[in-house]
Amino acid sequence: MKPFTYERATSPAGAAAAALRHPGARFVAGGTNLLDLMKLEIETPPHLIDVNGLKLDAIESTDDGGLRIGALVRNTDLAADERVRRDYGVLSRALVAGASGQLRNMATTAGNLLQRTRCPYFYDTNQACNKRSPGSGCAAIGGFSRVHAVLGVSDTCIATHPSDMAVGLRVLDAVVETIRPDGTVRTIPLAEFYRLPGKEPQLETVLDPGELITAVLLPKPVGGVHLYQKVRDRASYAFALISVAAIVQKDGTGRVALGGVAPKPWRVEEADAEMPNGARAVAAKLLAQATTTPENAFKLKLVERTLASVLAEAKGA
Amino acid sequence: MNEPSDSEIPSGEFSRRKFLLTGAAGAAMTGLSRLNAQEQPTPGPHPMKPILTRVSFTVNEKMAELEVDTRTTLLDALREHLHLTGTKKGCDQGQCGACTVLSGGRRINSCLTLAVMHQGDKITTIEGLGTPDRLHPMQRAFVKCDGFQCGYCTPGQICSAVAMLDEIKAGIPSHVTQDLTSAPAFNAAEMRERMSGNLCRCGAYCNIAEAITEVAGRSA
Repeated sequence: MKPFTYERATSPAGAAAAALRHPGARFVAGGTNLLDLMKLEIETPPHLIDVNGLKLDAIESTDDGGLRIGALVRNTDLAADERVRRDYGVLSRALVAGASGQLRNMATTAGNLLQRTRCPYFYDTNQACNKRSPGSGCAAIGGFSRVHAVLGVSDTCIATHPSDMAVGLRVLDAVVETIRPDGTVRTIPLAEFYRLPGKEPQLETVLDPGELITAVLLPKPVGGVHLYQKVRDRASYAFALISVAAIVQKDGTGRVALGGVAPKPWRVEEADAEMPNGARAVAAKLLAQATTTPENAFKLKLVERTLASVLAEAKGA
Repeated sequence: MNEPSDSEIPSGEFSRRKFLLTGAAGAAMTGLSRLNAQEQPTPGPHPMKPILTRVSFTVNEKMAELEVDTRTTLLDALREHLHLTGTKKGCDQGQCGACTVLSGGRRINSCLTLAVMHQGDKITTIEGLGTPDRLHPMQRAFVKCDGFQCGYCTPGQICSAVAMLDEIKAGIPSHVTQDLTSAPAFNAAEMRERMSGNLCRCGAYCNIAEAITEVAGRSA
C-alpha cells in the first residue's frame, strides 16, 4: 500500500471540499473494496477522507411517501429495515444476495454503488486494463471472458458492475443525492448515474471530482411481488453470473432489471412493457443490443430462463 | 476481491515456519515505522514515507492507545501492535473470514478496515470471548464437537458464529429467509448461508455446523 495522509471529515460539505483540496483523494466508509484495491496498489490515494462520522446513517420517511436512505447506512441495516422488507422487498433480497455477513456489516449504501468491477484483468496488475491503466488495452477481450458483460460494452472494456444492491435500486427508480465541493446539492436518477465505458472506461459515474453521495432516495412503494434471483457459481458468497430484479403486479405488468450483464444495472423501458407477454418477449427487449464472446454467450439464455423462473414464482406468490 | 475464488484461497503451503518468519518481519517493520515518527512526512500529493497517526479504541474491555502507520489494518494493529495473535491473517482480502472480530458487537473482516477508522470503538477478539479457564459456550462447543482440524480458521469461525446467532435474534434476514416480513429462525440452511464468509480449508464444516447448532439450541 502507498502511504497516505488521513483525516476524519465532520460535515458532508467539508468532506467534499477536502476532496477537492487533495487531488486523488478518496472517501472511505466501509472500506471493504477500497482497502482491497489499495493493498494491490490499483487505488493509490495520497489522502483518505474518513466519512464515517458524518451521521448519514439514518433511514427516514419522505414527504412523498418514500424513503431517504443515508449514504452511510450499512448494507445489513438497510436489508433488515422493517419498511424496506415490507415495501421494497426487492432491495432487501438483492442486498442479502451479495457478499458475506461480515462484509454487509461494513459496506455502506454509497460505497456499494461506487464499488469497482471484479473483472480479473482489472485486478491483475500484470495484465492490460483500460479501466486501471487508460490506454493499456483490454486483456479481457480475447481473454477468459465467461464472467464479462454482454451489454453496454465497448472495444475498450467489457467489465461488469458487481453490485446486487444497485440492481434492486434501479428497478425501484432510486435517485442519488449528492453534495459538491462548492456546497451545492443535486439529485441524479440512478438510471443516469453510471457511464458506459465508451472510450474512457476509467470514468464510471457522472460524479464530479470531490462530489460526495449523501443519500439514496426511494419513491413511494409500488406494491407487487418483489423478487431477486441471482445465478452464480456457488450457492453463496459469489458474484452474479446474471441476476434478475423484478416487481410483478397481479395483472402481470411490472418492471425488471438485470445484474451481472453490463457495466451498470441494466433496465430497458420497452422490456417492462413486455412483462405480461412472458420471459422470451422480455428477454428479447432487454438483450436486443447484446454483444457476446463465445465464452459469455450463455448469459443470454440464462437471462431468459431466469426471467421465466422469476415470472413463474411471481404467479405462484 | 472479497468473494472467494478457488484459486486465491490460501493453501497449505503457508507453513508454520513461513508464518513465523512473516510475523517477525511484520514486527521489524513496526519498529521501523516507530523510528520514522520523528521525521516529517514528505509534502506533496504522494507522501513517500509512512504517515503516523494516533488512535485509541477498546479491545476486550481494555483501552488501547496506539501510534500507527495510517496504512495499518485493524488486523495488523491487533496482531503486530497489541500482540493479540488469536485473530488470524488468512487471505488478507476479505475472502476467508479468518480475521473476523467483533466491532460494537458486530462481526467484521478486520483485514479490510484501517485501525484509524476505529477511534472509540469497542473491539472484541477471540481472546475476549473466553479464556482457557472460562471458555465461551461457542469455544467449548467447538472443542467438544472437534470443529476444526488445523485450527487456523477457528477464531474467525467462532467470532463469526457468536455474532451470527445474535443477527438471527435481531431479525436480520438472509438470502435463504423465506418470508422477509417475519422473524428468521435458526436452522441448517440459515446457518450455512450466514456462515459462508468463513472458509475452512481442512473442510471441518460438518463439525463446525454441529458445534454452532449445539450452542444455538442451548440459547434458543
